[in-house]
Amino acid sequence: MTNGWIDIKNTDMMLIMGGNPAENHPCGFKWAIEAKRNRNAKMIVVDPRFTRTASVADLFCQLRVATDIAFLGGLINYTIENSRIAKDYLLNYTNAAFIVRDNFTLPEDEGVFSGFDVKKASYDRSSWNYAGNLPAPAPPPAAKPGQPPAPTPLPPLPEKVEYDLTLQNPRCVFQLLKKHYARYTPEMVERVTGVPKDQFLKAADLFTSVRKDGDMKKAATIIYAVGWTQHTSGTQTIRTAAMLQLLLGNVGRAGGGVNALRGHSNIQGATDMAGIFDNLPGYLKVPIPADTNFDAWIKRITPKPSKPAQWDSFNYWGNTPKFAVSLLKAMYGDAATKQNDWAFDYLPKVDRNYSWVQLWDNMYNGIVKGMLAFGMNGVAIGPDTRKNIDALKKADWLVVGEIYPDETSEFWKSPGITQEEMKKIQTTVYRLPCAGFAEKDGTFTNSARWLQWKNAALPVPGDCRLDQAIVAQIFLKLRDLYKKDAGKFPDPILKLTWNYTDQSNPSLAEVLKEINGKTFVDAEDPATKVQLKAGQQIPGFAWLKDDGSTSCGNWIYAGSFTEAGNLTMRRDAGDPSGLGVHQNWGWSWPANRRVLYNRASCDLEGKPWDGSRRQVWWNEGQQKWVGNDVPDFKADSKPSDHMGPFIMNPEGVGRIFAPLGAFADGPFPTHYEPTESPVDNLLHPKQTHNPVAKVFKSADDKYGSVKDGYSIVCTTYRLTEHYHYWTKNNPMNVQLVPEPFVEMSVEMASEMGIRGGERVRVSSARGEYIAKAMVTKRIKPMMIDGKITYQIGIPIHWGYRGIAEDEGKTAKTTANSLSPAAIDPNAYTPEFKGFLVKVEKA
Amino acid sequence: MSQATLRVQKISGHAGTVPGQDTQREPTVCKLIDTTTCIGCKACEVACMEWNDLPFSETVFGNTYQTMPETRWNYWNLILFNEHEREDGSLMWLMRKNQCMHCAEPGCLAACPADGAIVQYTNGIVDFQQANCIGCGYCITGCPFDIPKMNPKTHRVFKCTLCTDRVSENLEPACIKSCPTGCLHFGTKEDMLFEANRRAKQLREHSNFPNAGVYDPRGVGGTGVIYVLHDASQPEIYGGLPANPHVPWSVKLWKGPLKWLGNVAMIGGLIGLFVHYLRYGPKAREEEDIAPGGTKT
Repeated sequence: MTNGWIDIKNTDMMLIMGGNPAENHPCGFKWAIEAKRNRNAKMIVVDPRFTRTASVADLFCQLRVATDIAFLGGLINYTIENSRIAKDYLLNYTNAAFIVRDNFTLPEDEGVFSGFDVKKASYDRSSWNYAGNLPAPAPPPAAKPGQPPAPTPLPPLPEKVEYDLTLQNPRCVFQLLKKHYARYTPEMVERVTGVPKDQFLKAADLFTSVRKDGDMKKAATIIYAVGWTQHTSGTQTIRTAAMLQLLLGNVGRAGGGVNALRGHSNIQGATDMAGIFDNLPGYLKVPIPADTNFDAWIKRITPKPSKPAQWDSFNYWGNTPKFAVSLLKAMYGDAATKQNDWAFDYLPKVDRNYSWVQLWDNMYNGIVKGMLAFGMNGVAIGPDTRKNIDALKKADWLVVGEIYPDETSEFWKSPGITQEEMKKIQTTVYRLPCAGFAEKDGTFTNSARWLQWKNAALPVPGDCRLDQAIVAQIFLKLRDLYKKDAGKFPDPILKLTWNYTDQSNPSLAEVLKEINGKTFVDAEDPATKVQLKAGQQIPGFAWLKDDGSTSCGNWIYAGSFTEAGNLTMRRDAGDPSGLGVHQNWGWSWPANRRVLYNRASCDLEGKPWDGSRRQVWWNEGQQKWVGNDVPDFKADSKPSDHMGPFIMNPEGVGRIFAPLGAFADGPFPTHYEPTESPVDNLLHPKQTHNPVAKVFKSADDKYGSVKDGYSIVCTTYRLTEHYHYWTKNNPMNVQLVPEPFVEMSVEMASEMGIRGGERVRVSSARGEYIAKAMVTKRIKPMMIDGKITYQIGIPIHWGYRGIAEDEGKTAKTTANSLSPAAIDPNAYTPEFKGFLVKVEKA
Repeated sequence: MSQATLRVQKISGHAGTVPGQDTQREPTVCKLIDTTTCIGCKACEVACMEWNDLPFSETVFGNTYQTMPETRWNYWNLILFNEHEREDGSLMWLMRKNQCMHCAEPGCLAACPADGAIVQYTNGIVDFQQANCIGCGYCITGCPFDIPKMNPKTHRVFKCTLCTDRVSENLEPACIKSCPTGCLHFGTKEDMLFEANRRAKQLREHSNFPNAGVYDPRGVGGTGVIYVLHDASQPEIYGGLPANPHVPWSVKLWKGPLKWLGNVAMIGGLIGLFVHYLRYGPKAREEEDIAPGGTKT
């Protein structure tokens, strides 16, 4: 989230789309209800079904799965047409006025942006750039011997960008935006999404009413979850929302922002600490083979400011060298020195896609021989269950760390595998009993970026072990083997710092201290005169250096465990401003700021747009930014310096146009149909699907279409009463929702002669799912381009192991037997929502 | 179960007065349920089960999100889900937390013939004392909300206790504590009515619910559980909430006039018998009535 959970209580207007917080985040949803109760805030819900969130909304629009970009594009068009724009904000805090290069073209009828190579199915993104003083293109780096030639690097952004504050220049971002979304008329929105025109206009009028007649006081928020991310255009869906919020001047405002509701309780922590192949902790970019040394890597990943000459840009990612060196010092300690390039050679160079679906595809093709699966039920949670089971059958070994036997740890017993076939499976499966959440301490980082320490409530039972103990013991054994038997390149293992008091079961408090970082030498902050002694914890990332004198496991977490102690343990509920800031409860990144980009909550003079929600402001007497929240800005930058609020962008301003390598599929989002779609793309029929989405191909990757008989649109989702595949083992949850079901409309059920409670078989080109029908008024048939289209929905929480399953009460099928292995080209998230099926009685 | 601060003001089937009756006044407690902010998460169902150590129930799919069709002897709190189409065609998914209403004039208590099986405390809570229950089931007939349920094995009847054990220790009921959205409130009747009316007014003025109102039915003297409804003119759409609940006439008659009629009839009959005896003496047998050989002359 750019904002936070409690901050939602400050809002005047909520658009909840691609998310169902009442059901999946009931505790956080309290704040949305508070906003309604205490501020008469309005709530608009747009969803393929009428959910429990919709039941308390002021306005509900039912939309066809995977058409969110079309709806949001319609909102952008409406905002521009009806002058509901935050004018000063748009001109000064976004790149709306920037001029774009002449050779950039919009998709229009072609459906692809300039630079698309049909054969390679990828873009040359160099035209997606601003006009300005572009340097001559750099020569491609020399290929390393024995390696494939390095890809031509992208040109840089121009240092000085041309701009037009009248927004009249036809090549300025604003005019291109206007032209691009002019196609997203209310009529088009109705044809594509199925939302009737008058309903769409009602929603658009209501949501943008916060900027009616130029009023800047009100704030609107957009709240979303995996209903937006689980598509082949997922990333661009969120982009469209971000652009809309920039147009409306809502980012940085209390009660505003673009707010992702994370799923798992520590998924934010997992992404912050880079549990993902293309990041290093703190969202640093991983080195690739073309980075021949540390300097080349740093040069590639450290941006330079790119902006109008008269403006200022903090460009905080310019400090990348400090973050990178400190990270390497944390990992390799004394073994990382200036002389050996800070142990840069020890880091793996990421040469291709190693995302989740790609790994299982590699296992399916015999490239990945074994897998450690910790608390991750891949067979059930990944797309195309059958392919994942077939992949496991081919693996040499599988280690499952879990608290219950699950579909992955019993994959050889999945329905359809005969006794004969079982004998042929050669995979060795190790099942490690792990600890449950109440038996572990450590921090959870929530959607609001708050790190909150929790203590273990119970001891670990029996032979179960903590995750860190298992990882530590594997590492120590591996290190011993490398010491004994040497190997191809033992140094990255042998030289890794592992200075914990108990090496085989590291204390997570010690790990957090390591993540926070410390200084190796005496140091002083010139501005505040604060002094640190060698070995002391650093108070924040501003203390990080690129000379090897500091170490830090994750720069955005610097400040969480200082000499004052473990700040994530704080529980002071005080909130003097009433804005829900709670400065001394836990610790949020970055630097305990609660609302990101909060300088944008003030006008050009540094005065808050809304006097009743004062977050930060410019204090003329003290000549610095102060406030009820920590200013997310350079504290002493005078308003007249015109420094942009979006300090993590090289431009310093919000990106309405996302240049160069920011996104794989376009600097502006455009609507693409999902991989399996009931219609062609009405916006540009020549390019129906996302041209750069990855669609996996194999004997187990089959795709269906309407002419194959798959004419019903299907989505998958989660219920309040269950948590993924864990709670089917818990009698309390099983009591609340005992059996799997498929939700369908009254009309479709009556047409097919299906009654509520009757068993149905849902099948896609990949597999089938059998469950009872729930016939409901909450999903209505839709008119898509004048044709009746039915949608159904399937909650995912069942499989072939659990209380009901073990008693033979279910058909033992998984919902993801139906979904396709087609992934978003930026985040690689699979398309769990929006594929085609057929339904029949079972 | 600590009931240290609970004082009884009414006892079912009790002969004579209740000790200490009407000697003190105290504000009655009230649970406010705002159906317009309920998200049907069932935290309250689970909290009730856990606090009261109720065993798990066998449930089956019923073409609804509702956990089971109605409350059970071992499931006292149930969210009722109802899909309702408004006049303008828009859909509402109504969720109403269903449990004992703790009526000021409880029909169950009026109907119960067993001394002390049902009591009402001065704070308004109506409580079943299973030790005194004779399993007749009259309370089930007497309740206009169809709440009390009998355990078929032990023939004892059960329902929500408004967490007397928590309330008597100054804690809010378990369901209130667990509600994540703050849809449930707990306090004195006066305070809860004030809040309910404020919320209903807000709904009428700002949320396009012109018929929003508070459900606090007069027919049972008002209830210890009150609802804010989007549409107070149609309580039935909330899973059969009765528009005008009252103690059934059969119970009122039987426990009221009919009881006295019966007493009068009984005493009157005995007096009549005695008077008749005084006046006419014992039944005399006449010699002429029976002749030797059989026939009467």
